Formats: sequence, structure tokens, C-alpha cells
Amino acid sequence: MEWETVIGLEVHAQLATKSKIFSGAPTAYGAEPNTQACAVDLGLPGVLPVLNKEAVRMAVIFGMAIEAHIAPYSVFARKNYFYPDLPKGYQISQMDHPIVGVGHLDIDVDGVTKRIGVTRAHLEEDAGKSLHENFHGLTGIDLNRAGTPLLEIVSEPDMRSAKEAVAYMRKLHELVRYLGICDGNMQEGSFRCDANVSVRPKGQVEFGTRAEIKNINSFKFVEKAINHEVERQIELIENGGRVVQETRLYDSVKDETRSMRSKEEANDYRYFPDPDLLPVIIDEDFKAQIKAALPELPEAKKQRFKSDYNLDEENATILISSRQLADYFENVVNASGCEAKLCANWITGDLSAALNKAGLEITDSPVSDERLAGLLTRISDNTISGKIAKQVFEELWQSTSSADEIIAEKGLKQITDSGAIEAIIDKIIADNQGQVEQYRSGKDKVFAFFVGQVMKAMQGKANPAEVNKMLKEKLQG
Amino acid sequence: MSLTADDVNKIAHLARLGIEKQDIESYAKDLSGILDLMTQMSELNTDDVEPMAHPMDQAQRLRADMATEQNNREKFQAIAPQVEAGLYLVPKVIE
Amino acid sequence: MHTKTLLELGQSLRSGEFSSVELTQGFLDRIKQHQHLNAYITVTEAAALQNAQAADVRLANGTAELLTGIPIAQKDIFCTLDVKTTCGSKMLDNFTAPYNATVVEKFNQAGAVMLGKLNMDEFAMGSSNETSYYGAVKNPWDINKVPGGSSGGSAAAVAARLAVCATGTDTGGSIRQPAALCGITGLKPTYGRVSRYGMIAYASSLDQGGPMARSAEDAAVMLQTMAGFDEKDSTSVDLPVPDYCAGLNNSLAGLKIGLPKEFFGDGLNSDVAATLETAINEYRKLGAEIKEISMPNLKLAIPAYYVIAPAECSANLSRFDGVRYGYRCENPVDLADLYTRSRGEGFGKEVKRRILMGTYALSTGYYDAYYLKAQKIRRLISEDFKNALTEVDVIMGPVTPTTAFGIGEKMSNPIEMYLSDIYTIAINLAGVPALSVPAGFVGGLPVGLQIIGNYFAEDRLLNIAHQYQQVTDWHKHTPKGFE
Repeated sequence: MEWETVIGLEVHAQLATKSKIFSGAPTAYGAEPNTQACAVDLGLPGVLPVLNKEAVRMAVIFGMAIEAHIAPYSVFARKNYFYPDLPKGYQISQMDHPIVGVGHLDIDVDGVTKRIGVTRAHLEEDAGKSLHENFHGLTGIDLNRAGTPLLEIVSEPDMRSAKEAVAYMRKLHELVRYLGICDGNMQEGSFRCDANVSVRPKGQVEFGTRAEIKNINSFKFVEKAINHEVERQIELIENGGRVVQETRLYDSVKDETRSMRSKEEANDYRYFPDPDLLPVIIDEDFKAQIKAALPELPEAKKQRFKSDYNLDEENATILISSRQLADYFENVVNASGCEAKLCANWITGDLSAALNKAGLEITDSPVSDERLAGLLTRISDNTISGKIAKQVFEELWQSTSSADEIIAEKGLKQITDSGAIEAIIDKIIADNQGQVEQYRSGKDKVFAFFVGQVMKAMQGKANPAEVNKMLKEKLQG
Repeated sequence: MSLTADDVNKIAHLARLGIEKQDIESYAKDLSGILDLMTQMSELNTDDVEPMAHPMDQAQRLRADMATEQNNREKFQAIAPQVEAGLYLVPKVIE
Repeated sequence: MHTKTLLELGQSLRSGEFSSVELTQGFLDRIKQHQHLNAYITVTEAAALQNAQAADVRLANGTAELLTGIPIAQKDIFCTLDVKTTCGSKMLDNFTAPYNATVVEKFNQAGAVMLGKLNMDEFAMGSSNETSYYGAVKNPWDINKVPGGSSGGSAAAVAARLAVCATGTDTGGSIRQPAALCGITGLKPTYGRVSRYGMIAYASSLDQGGPMARSAEDAAVMLQTMAGFDEKDSTSVDLPVPDYCAGLNNSLAGLKIGLPKEFFGDGLNSDVAATLETAINEYRKLGAEIKEISMPNLKLAIPAYYVIAPAECSANLSRFDGVRYGYRCENPVDLADLYTRSRGEGFGKEVKRRILMGTYALSTGYYDAYYLKAQKIRRLISEDFKNALTEVDVIMGPVTPTTAFGIGEKMSNPIEMYLSDIYTIAINLAGVPALSVPAGFVGGLPVGLQIIGNYFAEDRLLNIAHQYQQVTDWHKHTPKGFE
């Protein structure tokens, strides 16, 4: 039988606020255990939550970016369950009235664009962490993370392969970083997802029974976990079994999913409106303020880069992958006045390679947009050749000098004086009569030999176009 | 409406509330009596009534995003039943 | 000294007739002398004397406020920094709060001297103070009777002059009912008027702290300190606080009083009814007009309340799990055992009953029939109040169906206990302010008159109660043995 896979994702993005969603405790990652858990985060008797405005703003920005309905009225609810990393015995979340309603995100897989529906996105607080290592068989609880704002983004079951799921997750990852609402650090758990996976015979309309795979924190694992789960479900059904609705955990070491029965038992969450918090009202003014500050979104930027700068799909896609990189590109174009294509090639080529090698982000680039622009200007006006430019770039990376300073200091200025070039060409023709004969008898390939000799003699500083032109004239005799 | 001992056990489990075996019946009886009281509510038609969660018809106030709380771990953990290396300890959590 | 009112004591302190240390010591001695009432859970003697000394400095250097140097006591539901805060429960018997409730902070700022923490029903769940882990409080008017609850320790302490005044909290009558049964003045403010930060939550959308005092005037002084917006409480209301003492002497001529016929029906003891009638007549003499009104949905207040309050409490009390503070059972074998035994052993029977009730009302399949239905009825009840209060200025009625009942009398029948809250709980559902004022005695036990006003009309309520206290002396009676 042919099977079809159905996938929906629930992505949890930690919002990049300074303080927690309901308290004034800091949200920085990696602090000593429980040093960033204040009375509210610990759920001490008598404490009360007060909502962080920035978390609301970020949720609304996200909603606008996926063209979703922003709820004018949204409500926080208590989700009740007992777990040691959940201090109050309930999580403050949203149920019936989420802040962000139906929206969508377009993904590209194998050159085909597909629209994935986003059901909703809601605000909630993160839980703490359980540490299982070595406390005489006990578990240690660190509540620093408790109360960190999360945006839970729930997709429609619109994806039909692990590949599509990964594309969706990557697109979302790019978007939240673009909007500056999440640092996207998957290792630190800032961006993680649960996958709802089911299979059904191809052509069947009803969905199959789904399993939820919890807490997947890398793109690679999403793909592997889903593929593994799909295989498991098909095998199960084909052997006469049935998929049960349950929560499963992906084990990246063994590359398998296994049932989490402990979390399953009696999960009646008894949601009800949190009486400590009032309805969140988002009026037109608030929305207008946010809209005015909304950055250009990746897709729009890509189209603009293609039409305004004549970039190809590949370069445009790379350049818009982060807002900082796109800004860098535009700054270089503006400062250098060079052809955009040259700027794009340098940024996606030499600069990206150097950054990758050094493990740096564009924001930490040792070569600023201004200094790279200085270099590209000199390529454009023929002061240096592309080859010399690579040498200058290395100097730019190592030093703090400008391209002009480096060119002057190292005497790298291209020779455009035709008299000087002519003298050298004449000498090389005189010294290599054998090759001249070969050329004149029709062996065109020898031409490259002469170019090489001239460039070598001139230490690469000759203008290649000029050399070509002059060599051709002389060799033809 | 009357609750059985089994119902009480289920609710007690949801609430993680230990109840002595000999008390289950009396809880079942009390809760059933309270539920009887509740049935009065169903006599009134409330189809067109908006539920009321708060006495005040107000919007949630939003706090500026500032980290104002200092580390107070020592004081908070002085009242904890069991801590080590800054962590709260509980019996092993099995995932 | 203990016979004087708050304002009189303030005057004596400022004129140097006696010091705050002397006054405080006097009250500490009385607390010891009348320990059998069981009004206090914790007496903070050393800190009280120290704070009295500090108050004397303020009194001497002219920076004293009305409450500076006045010995007061806090209901043990308010968190007090470095002082045991139990909420009347074994669960918190070992709990020293690491912070101050906003209300406590405000009294401290004003220079009031805290004598200690007052007994109460466990987690404020009860109408008799018998659910306290620390034992029942006795009514100073008759030690075989309950003082009411949940602020029973507060009411008994003020009535027996073991504190000049005290704080209380009111979720379904917990200030007004004990105030009535102990013959003192108690005010439940409008929901949102007094900060709930640091006040251990029972039912968050109903809980409200308020003053319990000997007279309306004293209550006004207390409320002046307690009321106001608190940025730590999202449900606190950002409205200016009026001067509660300024209008106390306003005339009541033309005041329109509504008497809901639903308040004067069958369940009301006839002697209590007669007492209230006399009190209402007093208002007629003061120039008020009396009008019968009807609030048809009041009869559903008890079922709605006993869904909403337990539902909220079932979540509010989940934090007591033996992990970060409070009671932890001995040698838990696993996590489930830690939870069920810590909570099973730490909570008393009434608290468990309400947690179970609330958990049930919120569980799948029952939410709509119970919780949602109750919230809809809550709206209808609140509209009854809004409508009535466009017709009349205030509503008057009983606080309790009878005078104080015997200790142990209703403990075996929780439903009968719930039904005794019939006149008070609708007010919490609506969120309006109400107070109880001493209005006479039946068989030697106090009777309270309830006065209910519009949202944020505390000043009007205090004025109406104060005017009554100018022409009656019920509030000045002192129980035998406590003169």
C-alpha cells in the first residue's frame, strides 16, 4: 500500500525579552541555578503575575509577519498539571483566546512553493529544568528558565514529508530571528519543536491517529525523528497493529522514538481563565505603532533584491537569510557605489567563506561594511585586479587599515600605463620566439602562456584587459 | 448527582491529594451533597449570558520590560525542604 | 488604654500621655492574659517592642502619622518578612515568608506596630475558624461559640481588645461575618481597591483584604493606609484614593436605602430580623428613605460561589507541593508519593474538600455545566447589584442568619456551614464593597447590619456606618472579662 504522511508542528520560540513574561527576573541563559528565579517565578505564596509589554509586542509582530489575525481580546488561562519544574502546579498559557489567530507561511521545497497554514500562536511561560545527574539518585530542579516568555506557534497538519517539515521550521527560524523576537539558539533551547505525525493510505481523507514527538531541538533531528516515526507507524499498521495517540520522545543517540507514558497518565489540564490576569486588549493604536516599526520581511526583501539589484535567486536567498547580512549588503552597495552583483558575489563568496572558517557571524565580521566597500570601489575603478583584491581582502581581515592604505603601503596599484606594459610585452615576445611561432601557426592556447608571463613580470598589477588587448596586437605582428 | 468512591479517587489523583481510605466515602457523600446544591443553577436559562471571570471590566496592564529582580537564592532556599548546589531536590523524575 | 479607639490612642501618643512602648506592652500583656481565646498564631513580642521604640522616635520628632505607634495585628494570610506565615495550615507551619505583602509594607511605612499574626480558617476556607490547624478561636462574647470565619482571630482579637484593630480578608464574607458575630466593624472593599500582593490566595477573583476595627471611623483610618493601586497586582485598580475620613460626618438626609426582599425571607432568625428592623428605623430617623427592592438571582449565589471559589482554589493551592517551601512528607519513595502525601498530610479536611470540588468542576466533561454556568450566573448576580444600585444608594440586610453558633455545631455538616454564608457571598461575586456594623444583641450575642454600596463607594459606606455609630453605642460594648 502507498502511504501518505501528515505532519503538524508546534514550535516554541523563546522571546528575546530582558525580563520574564510575568516577573522582573532576568532571562539571560547560563546563570548559576536558581539565581534568576524570583518570588513570582518560584510561585511563593501570595505572589502575582504582571504581564511584560515586550512579550505582547513581539507576539503581535510575529502575527503581522505571517499575516494573521491579531486578537483584539486575548485571555491567559491556567493549564493545570503537577511537575517539579512547574512551580505553581499550573502553567500560565492561552487556550480559547490566543493572541495570534490564523496565518500562513510559504515554504519552498525542490523549487515548488507551498503555503503552510498557521493555526494560532499564543503566549505562555516556560518551565524550569530538571537535572538528573548525580544527586544521590535524586533530581535537581533549576527554575532559572521558569517564566521565560514563549511563543507557541501551532501549524495546520499541512506538511506531507519530513523535508517539508524541516523547510517550514527553517523558514520560521529565519523569520523569528529576522523580526528580532527570538535569538533562535537551538542548542540553548530558544527554538524547539514538537511534531504531530500520522500516516494514512494515499487517497484517504480522514487523518490517521497521530503521535506527538516532544522537544526536538535541531533541524537534523526533526527530519530523522519524523522519518523514524513514519516508518514505525507504517510497520505497525502493516503488521496488523494500531497507532495509539501518545507522546513520544526522540532519542537522538539511538535514532528512535519511544513512548513517554509517564507524561501520559491522566492529562486532564483543566484549563480555565487565570483570575490573576485580566484580558489583554490590543487596540488599533498599539497595532499601528507596531506596524510602523515592522521590519521589511524576508520574502519582500528577496523580491526587492532581485528586482532592484538584479541579483539571482541564489544570491538573494543567501543575503536575506538574516537581517544583519541583508543590511550589510545594502550598506556595501551604497558606500561603494559598485555594481550590486559584485558586492553580492564578494559577500556570499570570500567574506562568507572567511566568516564560516572563523566561526563568526556577520555582526562580528572583522571587515566592516565600510571597509569592504572601500575594497570593492578599487576593483570597480580598475585600481586593482580581482586577484590582487583577494590579497587586499586578507589584509583587511588581519588589520584595521583601509583598502586604500593597504594598496598604497604594499604597492599593489594596478599598472595602467600602456608604455610600461608595452615594454614588458616586447621583452617577453623577444625572449620566447618559439611560442610566438606556435601562436602564429594557429595554436591559440599559447596565448594564455603570454598573459601569465606578463602578469608574473608585473606582479599581477597590470590591468588584465589592457594586457590582453596589447598582447593580441603585438603577437599578430 | 452523586459521586462514587471511584470518582473521588480519580479527582484526588488529578489533584495529587492523598486521602485516607476510610475518608473516601465521607468525601463522596459531602461532594455529592454540594453537587446537589449546584443543580439549582441548571434551572436558570443562561444561553445569552456572557460568562464573568472578573468583577472589574478592565484590561490587563502591561509592565515595561526591565530586569528589576536581584538574585535572592539564599533567602529563598533557606525555607526549602531539600537543596544542594543551588538546586531544589526531589525524588528522581523518570521521563 | 485598651478601651480607647484608634484615633483617641493616636492623640494620647502624640500628646505624650503614654508611649507606644507602654501601649504595646499593655497589649502584649493582654494577649498573654487571654491566650485561651486562641486569637493569635504567632506573637512577635520582641519585634513589636522594637518597632514601638522606633514609633516613639517618630512621635517625638513630629513625623508621626495617624497609625504611628498603634498596636495592630495581621491576619496570618498576609506574608510578613522573616515572620512565620501559616495561613492557618500545617502546610505552612514551617514557612517564614521571605517578603512582605503590600498591605503589611504599607502599615509598616505608616509606623503601625505589629503585635503578631492572627488565627484563621485554614487557607481562609471556613465560616467558623474551626478549620484552623491551630485550633478553633473562641468568641469573646461566649467562649463556647465560634467567632465566625475565616478572619475569626482578627474579629476576636479586636472585640477582646487584644489589638487596636486588625486586617482581615474576605472571599465570601470572611471579614463581615466574623465582624458581625464578634460585634465589631468590618469592611470588605471593592475588588481591586486593596492590593492582593502577598495575601495568600484562596479564590483570586473574589479575595479582598480590608479593615476590622472597633468603629467605622477607625476602619476609615485603616483603609486609608491599605487602599491604593499596586503595580505588583494586575487586578488592583488605578484610581485615586479618596480621603475616607473627610465625609464621615455628612448628613444622611435623603439617603435611599434598598432592602432586598430576598434578604428577609425564611432563613433569617426572627430575633435577628427584629434587631435589624430597629437599626433600619434608626436610619429612617436620620433622614433616610427605605425602599423594598428585589434581586432575583441572589438565590443562586451559593451554588455559583461554591463552584467558582473551589475551582480557583484548586489551582491556587497546587503550588503547595513540598518542593520549594512548606510541608514535605517524610521519606517520599517517589515523586507521586512526595506530592500526594505532602498535600494529603499538609492540608486539612475542608481544604481538601474544596480542592476536590474545584478539580471536579474544571475537569473534562463538567467545565461547561459547572464552571462556565457559574460564571454566567455570576454576571446575572452582578447585574442585579448594578440595577439595584441605580435605584437606591445602598442596600442593607443581615450579615448572618443567626448569631454565633456553638463550636462544633456545624463541623459535621459542611453544606449547612456553606448555607450560613447566604447573605455575604453574592457581594464578592459582584465585587462591590460592603461592611458589617454592630446593630444590637440577641441573647447576649452581637448582631451585625450589612451595608452594601456601589463600586468604590467605601467612603459613603463608612459615612453611613459612622452616622449610625453617632446615635447608637452597640460598637462600644465590650464582652465581659475583657473590659
